[in-house]
Amino acid sequence: MKHYRQIPFFLRYIINAAVLVGFLLLGNGILSSGVMNRAQSSVVLQIGIYVLLAVSLNVATGYLGQLPLGHAGFMAIGAYTAALIWKALPGKSPAVIVLGLIAGGLLSAVFGILIGVPALRLKGDYLAIVTLGFGEIIRVLIINLPGITGGTPGLMSIPKHSSFLVVYITVIVSCVLIHTLMKSRHGRAILAIRENEIAAEASGVNTTFYKVLAFTVSAFFAGVAGGLYAGYTGILTPGNFTFMTSINILVMVVLGGLGSMAGSIIAASILTALPLALQSFNKYRMVIYALLLIVVMIFKPSGLLGRYDFSLSRILEKIINGQLFKKSQKAGEEHA
Amino acid sequence: MLFLSQCINGLQLGSIYALVALGYSMVYGIIRLLNFAHGDVIMIGAYIALLTIGAGVNPALAVVLTILGCVFISVLIERVAYRPLRSAPRISLLITAIGISLLLQNLAQLLFSANTRPYPGAAIIPTKALRLGALSLSLSTIVTILVSVGAMTALHLLIQKTRIGKAMRAVSEDTGAAQLMGIDINKVISVTFAIGAALAGMGSVLFCCRYPIVNPNIGSMLGLKAFVAAVLGGIGSIPGAVVGGFAIGFAEVLVTALGFSAWTDAVVFVILIVVLLFKPAGLLGRGVAEKV
Repeated sequence: MKHYRQIPFFLRYIINAAVLVGFLLLGNGILSSGVMNRAQSSVVLQIGIYVLLAVSLNVATGYLGQLPLGHAGFMAIGAYTAALIWKALPGKSPAVIVLGLIAGGLLSAVFGILIGVPALRLKGDYLAIVTLGFGEIIRVLIINLPGITGGTPGLMSIPKHSSFLVVYITVIVSCVLIHTLMKSRHGRAILAIRENEIAAEASGVNTTFYKVLAFTVSAFFAGVAGGLYAGYTGILTPGNFTFMTSINILVMVVLGGLGSMAGSIIAASILTALPLALQSFNKYRMVIYALLLIVVMIFKPSGLLGRYDFSLSRILEKIINGQLFKKSQKAGEEHA
Repeated sequence: MLFLSQCINGLQLGSIYALVALGYSMVYGIIRLLNFAHGDVIMIGAYIALLTIGAGVNPALAVVLTILGCVFISVLIERVAYRPLRSAPRISLLITAIGISLLLQNLAQLLFSANTRPYPGAAIIPTKALRLGALSLSLSTIVTILVSVGAMTALHLLIQKTRIGKAMRAVSEDTGAAQLMGIDINKVISVTFAIGAALAGMGSVLFCCRYPIVNPNIGSMLGLKAFVAAVLGGIGSIPGAVVGGFAIGFAEVLVTALGFSAWTDAVVFVILIVVLLFKPAGLLGRGVAEKV
């Protein structure tokens, strides 16, 4: 067997970083050159926000195997926190923007722990219903605390900090953090719980700790995405954070593939851009989403991409070895 | 006197929640599924009554049609969507249930529009009030409580005394063993869905007589609260569902009476979280030891 050539790790990092910076420059160039009109460039921002929402929900749904139905609640906490901080601190300095996003994420993570500890200690589907209830509680709180949140009419004139640069960098940093978490020892513990909770526990994984950890990470990034959303719309109303919002994000995760970050990103992009492209299709959108959910669950329960994850280096290695179109051979095993 | 009339109010609301909660609890007991679509079956029932009475059908017949319609839809959902997934991971089944719920809501929106319409509650139960001293009881309150108590008694007898009831208990105890004893699992599950849906149909009529409006979303909140009631009482337990239903009904009436009506939905879910913290199996549920 011929020696399978691999790309060294530092080179992989450099290639990936170069590609990401390239996309950043390309995107920034296109947006600032004015080729796209306002509506189109706002779609790009929305895609970024929904990508982060889907990827963060995927941590709890795809990797951990639980089903939270209150993602919009975490998003709301992050959005309102970031908005209030940005309104209180004038200026457009990066420090203020980052402070708002991180504070939103952290507060959301605190709520994640508060909700996760009682719900995740229990076996079964309790997390689904508790998070659903949590989402409703948050919405009722927002409506009934008009002094802080602006109540039903909404929180107005939030500084619009979510430029393409801010959204892009936040989304990329978040995805990289989640990716490295999942490739670490802690990530493997989380995957072990999904595969078989009892076996994981017997192997010494502290299941409650890791379930709460994954759920909290998911809540944190939902909060960050909420902050981006606040800086994108400039106005927040409780109607933005209903059960339907949570379901929309869930549809993206399920269609993309439970446990596939690439799947979440692709599905979030398509499902965000499509309704805006096809206005007449809007009337049937939710019916089609519902049918898609059912059909995918019956015929391909792991989602369209399953657990496949995109790796640029793996494809490059196949190219330099001339095996791009051969059936996938596991590089590591061949090498050994 | 105000206290007494609020209690009766709570009893009325509680018995509706109990009827709906029974459907959740029975289905969960048998196939371990949170049937998210249960609330939306109630909504479909409301539209059936609205449309048939609007078409001039006798109200009594319309009630029967509502119940039959709910049973038909529920059994159909089980047959088409849940049965192929019976051995699939729980999360797939749960996502399918959410999909069905979404589908029913959005189909109703497409077919009947999202507008809120008045429900012909007065045609089904005349708006009359009985006076007992200073206490005034509406006819719909009395009918609601009587029908619910009757239905729950019938359900209890069905489960404890009949052959199919015994089969249902056996399947919920151990599906595999029940199958080995020659019980037709598919039939038992279909019957369970049918009974749950019949109770939901009654709940639909009674609920809409109390709050006489219909739109595609009425089922979701009612369903959620009834579900909370089922969890509160101990999911899978029939008496638990009844107790939980009355507890949620009373809690809601109490919160409204104290002047916090904007907070009722939040209070219901806070109760759920607190119960799960201190008594995860619910008030009457049995904690089941886990087999490895």
